[in-house]
Amino acid sequence: MSSEESVMDRPTAPEDATGGVVLSARNVSRSFGSVHALKSVNFDIRRGQVTTLFGENGAGKSTLMKILSGVIQPSSGEIVLDGESVSFASTVDAQRHGISIIHQELSLAPNMTVRDNIFMGRELGGPGGVNYAEEARETERLMVELDEPIDPLTLVEDLRLGQQQIVEIARALSVNSRILIMDEPTSALSASEVEVLFRVIADLKSRGVSIVYISHHLEEALTITDHAVVLRDGAMTAYAERCEIDLEWIVRHMVGENFDLGSPPTGHTMGEVALSFEDISVADVAVPERSVVDRLSLSVRAGEIVCIYGLMGAGRTELLECAAGRVSPNGGRIMLEGENISRLSIAERIERGLVLVPEDRQRDGLVQTMAVGENLSLASIGAFTRGLLTSRRREQTVIDDSIRNVHIKTDGGAAGIGSLSGGNQQKVVIGKMLATQPRVVLLDEPSRGIDIGAKAEVFRLLAEGASKGLAVIYSTSEVGECLSVAHRIVVMSRGRISAEFGADVTREEIMAASGESAEG
Amino acid sequence: MSDVQRSAAPAASDQSSSRSASRRAGGFDLGRILLEGRAFFALIAIVIIFSMLSPVYFSTSNFLTMSSHVAIFGLLSVGMLLVILTGGIDLSVGSTMGLAGVIAGFMMQGVSLDIFGMTLYPPVWAVVVLTCVAGAFVGMINGVLVSIFKVPAFVATLGTLYVARGVALLMTDGLTYNNLGGNPEFGNTGFDWLGFNRLFGVPVGVLIFAAVAIACMFALNRTPFGRWVYASGGNARAAELSGVPVKRVQVWVYVLSGVCAAIAGLVLSSQLTSAGPTAGTTYELTAIAGVVIGGAALTGGRGNVRGTLLGAFVIGFLSDGLVIIGVSSYWQTVFMGAVIVLAVLLNSIQYKPRKKRSASAKDQKTPPAPSGAS
Repeated sequence: MSSEESVMDRPTAPEDATGGVVLSARNVSRSFGSVHALKSVNFDIRRGQVTTLFGENGAGKSTLMKILSGVIQPSSGEIVLDGESVSFASTVDAQRHGISIIHQELSLAPNMTVRDNIFMGRELGGPGGVNYAEEARETERLMVELDEPIDPLTLVEDLRLGQQQIVEIARALSVNSRILIMDEPTSALSASEVEVLFRVIADLKSRGVSIVYISHHLEEALTITDHAVVLRDGAMTAYAERCEIDLEWIVRHMVGENFDLGSPPTGHTMGEVALSFEDISVADVAVPERSVVDRLSLSVRAGEIVCIYGLMGAGRTELLECAAGRVSPNGGRIMLEGENISRLSIAERIERGLVLVPEDRQRDGLVQTMAVGENLSLASIGAFTRGLLTSRRREQTVIDDSIRNVHIKTDGGAAGIGSLSGGNQQKVVIGKMLATQPRVVLLDEPSRGIDIGAKAEVFRLLAEGASKGLAVIYSTSEVGECLSVAHRIVVMSRGRISAEFGADVTREEIMAASGESAEG
Repeated sequence: MSDVQRSAAPAASDQSSSRSASRRAGGFDLGRILLEGRAFFALIAIVIIFSMLSPVYFSTSNFLTMSSHVAIFGLLSVGMLLVILTGGIDLSVGSTMGLAGVIAGFMMQGVSLDIFGMTLYPPVWAVVVLTCVAGAFVGMINGVLVSIFKVPAFVATLGTLYVARGVALLMTDGLTYNNLGGNPEFGNTGFDWLGFNRLFGVPVGVLIFAAVAIACMFALNRTPFGRWVYASGGNARAAELSGVPVKRVQVWVYVLSGVCAAIAGLVLSSQLTSAGPTAGTTYELTAIAGVVIGGAALTGGRGNVRGTLLGAFVIGFLSDGLVIIGVSSYWQTVFMGAVIVLAVLLNSIQYKPRKKRSASAKDQKTPPAPSGAS
């Protein structure tokens, strides 16, 4: 903390930046019980500019955004809009003042058309009921404006995620929002969709709309932002304009020290081949004659960390789910330490030491109705069962060990899963799988939506495991991660391996092999 | 730290930490206690009110009589709880119960085997076992339809509701088996023991109910199966990836629900000394009501046996109380409906994303406890 005092002397943004201040938070604090989520934060949003909020999970970014958009009210401090102190009773109230928020999870009805979604809740009335023609015209106009000519009558579920995001933006614009808050808008987008989004953001800026942007993808955020604000532990630790900063600056202020994700663990010898895929094919669920994984062979040795890099839809998830037993292959074999496991159930594979940390932790990783401890012990119930009964004491040992080993910040095993931050929830999923004492761990995009500190801890866990002989397959769409954790990098594209590299590969080589042009 | 504490105004809580914080606040939050123990307080209120309205209500003999009524749909409720915890529903329990009674009655009349030209009179224990097997069979059909063929539980069990009822009617031609006493000559007497006898002054039916409930409580809290049930209901995908045999668990809960229904059918037909094909009609709804009043979430993953027992007793003691004080049966129906709606209303308040609920809780001064205090 002390090393940061030097930046604390500039808590408020200087007034000389281009574009006047539209909305600002003055000494805003907010506490939940005895937890102080925000401590006297000052924050300015300028007309027609992008302000990016950086910070780890639990740093208070979401809390601040919820306050600005009227979801919750501050415990103390004030919000100033156009020079006047205001308070928002609700999101509707905030929207009336021109402030809209686009949440990470989109709030569209997938079964309805683009038009109906945009006018949901404020349908244009006419003499004969809803004036659909006028709504469609207006939708079309908005879409053209956003340079994404989607037919107003398309169902939202038929749109790609990136297009859905645009629809959400269109909805915000249709209520004349002047300030648009975007929470992790790119986390599920492909590179080309991100490009479209950034073009839309640039266009919005030119029309005087102010944007508040939150992202864990630091490099990406740097390409579009005008101002950077860094939060840590609920306090603002740094503010700067884009021209003054770089990636290293952000990371340093986010985590409070010079930070490096590290490099692949070395110094241990690798063992025998632990897991190997032999000519594995997996059919597409939607189009059975198409293969999402196409006669792929790959092996990983004990103590080795293999990264599978690829874009979305390259078949990484399907490959890993096939290994774990969630989907069955329509060709090929999977060998675990010399045994063909292709026909075993998920439970049998876990018993033999093969586990998967799934991509979507909310959907596939956590049981939200259960406490932290019960989630942690779920995959290793057998370890604390004697005869018919589970042993409370042994279970508690498993739970306590997991919490300690993977460094979960929690009130204890009895705390609700919802009380943890995203990074800690991910650690619960990883801890649950490590508690089964596996010999092969598959991780599918484990760093999605978690902050850099948590990411570093995940890497540390993997490195530690590898040095003890754990075989790791790590799937990711971030090149930087490959470089800092993998002994070997496999690039996957359209269901096949398109290239394989050692740890000494460069960023550009990997990206070229994935069929992706170098970005940002 | 301390000055920050002071500046923090007492305010509503967001999702995080509200639970643990309110736990730390100690037992001073009356609203929460009333909400979480609502079935218990409702039961006490019912007992007090009816005891004041009627002199005969508050007596051991009346409580035992009411309990033997409660035992019937309590048994159904316990089985239903298992199903509901996995996120399913079992509408067939009322019919299964009726069918079980008819099957038992059928066997008590003697099974004539024409090929051998003789009639077989199975002993009572065999009748009981075979009836339970029949219940398990109906449950297994439900379970397989739901887990393997992915038929929505509501539809699958609605189908078996009709089929089981139809089979019961076919077996009896719509008539009722009135002679369940058995014949000492054939060595199959004693069926009425289930419904009429008492052990230590408690009706056998109530003891059976208690035994089933305790076994179920034990299974849910202390066995891997119980954990699997909660995990399957909370998030089936995550449970599956953690190695939980979700499909097997689903089949099993329906099988157990079917067995519970069969036991209930046996106790009921023994109490009535007759087995009619229409017995237990709409009991599935009473069973669901008991589970819901007991605080279980119909979405799965939340609920426990203790709550369900309380729920069953609330329904039983309320409806019997209304009979005792002479309220018309039409009004009884209205009352029951109102109680169920109220219960669901309170459930949705309890399981709402924890935002507004603990707002009032936080207003009471929470001493800043060390964070490891829970």
